[in-house]
Amino acid sequence: MIENPYCEKLNRAEVKLWQSKRPVLENLDIELTERCNCNCIHCYINLPADDRNALRRELSTEEVKEILRQATLLGCLRVRFTGGEPLLRDDFSEIYTAARRLGLRVALLTNATLITPEIARLLASIPPLEPIEITVYGMERESYEAVTRTPGSFQAAWQGIHLLLAEGIPFIVKGALLPPNRLEVERFEQWASTIPWMDKPPLYSLLFDLRARRDSMEKNRHIRALRISPEDLVEFLSRRREEYLKQVRAFCSRFTQPPGNRLFPCGAGVGGACADAYGAFQMCLLLRHPDTVYDLKKGSLRHAIEEFFPKVREIKARDHEYLNRCARCFLNGLCEQCPAQSWMENGTLDTPVEYLCEITHAQARHVGLLGESEMSWEVEEWKERIRRFSESRSIGQDYVSRKSASR
Amino acid sequence: MNLKADLDACYLPSEDIVVREIEGELIIVPLVSGIGDMEDELFTLNQTGRAIWEKLDGRKTLEDIVGELSSEYDASAGEIEKDVLGLIGELLKRKMLVAAQRD
Repeated sequence: MIENPYCEKLNRAEVKLWQSKRPVLENLDIELTERCNCNCIHCYINLPADDRNALRRELSTEEVKEILRQATLLGCLRVRFTGGEPLLRDDFSEIYTAARRLGLRVALLTNATLITPEIARLLASIPPLEPIEITVYGMERESYEAVTRTPGSFQAAWQGIHLLLAEGIPFIVKGALLPPNRLEVERFEQWASTIPWMDKPPLYSLLFDLRARRDSMEKNRHIRALRISPEDLVEFLSRRREEYLKQVRAFCSRFTQPPGNRLFPCGAGVGGACADAYGAFQMCLLLRHPDTVYDLKKGSLRHAIEEFFPKVREIKARDHEYLNRCARCFLNGLCEQCPAQSWMENGTLDTPVEYLCEITHAQARHVGLLGESEMSWEVEEWKERIRRFSESRSIGQDYVSRKSASR
Repeated sequence: MNLKADLDACYLPSEDIVVREIEGELIIVPLVSGIGDMEDELFTLNQTGRAIWEKLDGRKTLEDIVGELSSEYDASAGEIEKDVLGLIGELLKRKMLVAAQRD
């Protein structure tokens, strides 16, 4: 390593860089296509690889490059290409190279099945500067292809992964906890720990979003049926008990309080945003309610971020149930409820999503923030509970019993 | 490649990096592999480094640059020369600069 006083390295998580003003846009997601070569049982977005309507509507190479150019002018340092399967696009290499030549770090979310020797060589010669993120659907052909419903995808994915390993291209893996692979968790994690760039256990998709385009009630029924029960989820999340408690405690001490009627306390559209495959600009990857998206074919990224998104963020909740429950819920930081989830589940921005509510209550009961029959929005002394929970060093069940005794 | 900074030589940013200015900060983004120690690093220059960097146009020698900086900053030519040689040596080692052909 070269020691010097002039030229300083910036780590990926560098936060000290911006001394005064932060860039208008720091991170950009681009959903290069909604098409995918796999047909995963749980997927919220995929269309067939040869979907002609999608192909016709997708952003052209030049339109994607223009979005990248505008993003860099706004200070963007990192773009994440996702999909569908981004490598399905014939112009992926051209788009990737353009992004890197603009001085962007590139994160790539892929199933790895379309990583060819040419793609691997490109990623080796012009490194993405972010580890590639690969979702692995199973450790055996049977389990993997029971999820992807695509013959040959298991072998293709492992081939892609081995190409990356052979070229020394950094990547990390994620899981999707589904019935066909639930018994493979240990094996998956053991293998993941051998990947040189995995410095912590893999993350999992667990809750499974419904169809983002609200395009199939039937698919939604299937996705719902695949979802893990709140009790099983808690058991899964807390399998590394101390680590889990530490995370929940840290999270609660920072983010947990009733949001009131504010729909966007999450910071969506501030510093980061997402362009979909057709040029709709969204505050986050999942938020596709028509009132919240901006057409980039008629305007600019700057206009969307500086003029349009602030107005969207002002939208207030009006749903009676939401105001009675979510608005008063001190666990909202633990809950995935948000306008995007409400849109996917209910077609509105502000309807409570029952599954997410159940998940959050199960977790809160497990760590001792709630008693067995309590609902979070009924708790008045929530600040005291959070304080004691955040400061405690053991599982919080004793706290709830003391709390109950004092009632 | 000569990795030692030469006061008589002229230097240019390499085509293997992308230099960006974002909110007043100069950011050097590697384009090809082998620029940083790891594959995911970006770099920024401090104030001294940046003052020198901005004069690297492929036409001025380092000696010219030392002369210009001496008239602009309240520091001795000796100190400035040390800074210039230090920065250029480091950037050459990192493959961020290339020697330019003189006219």
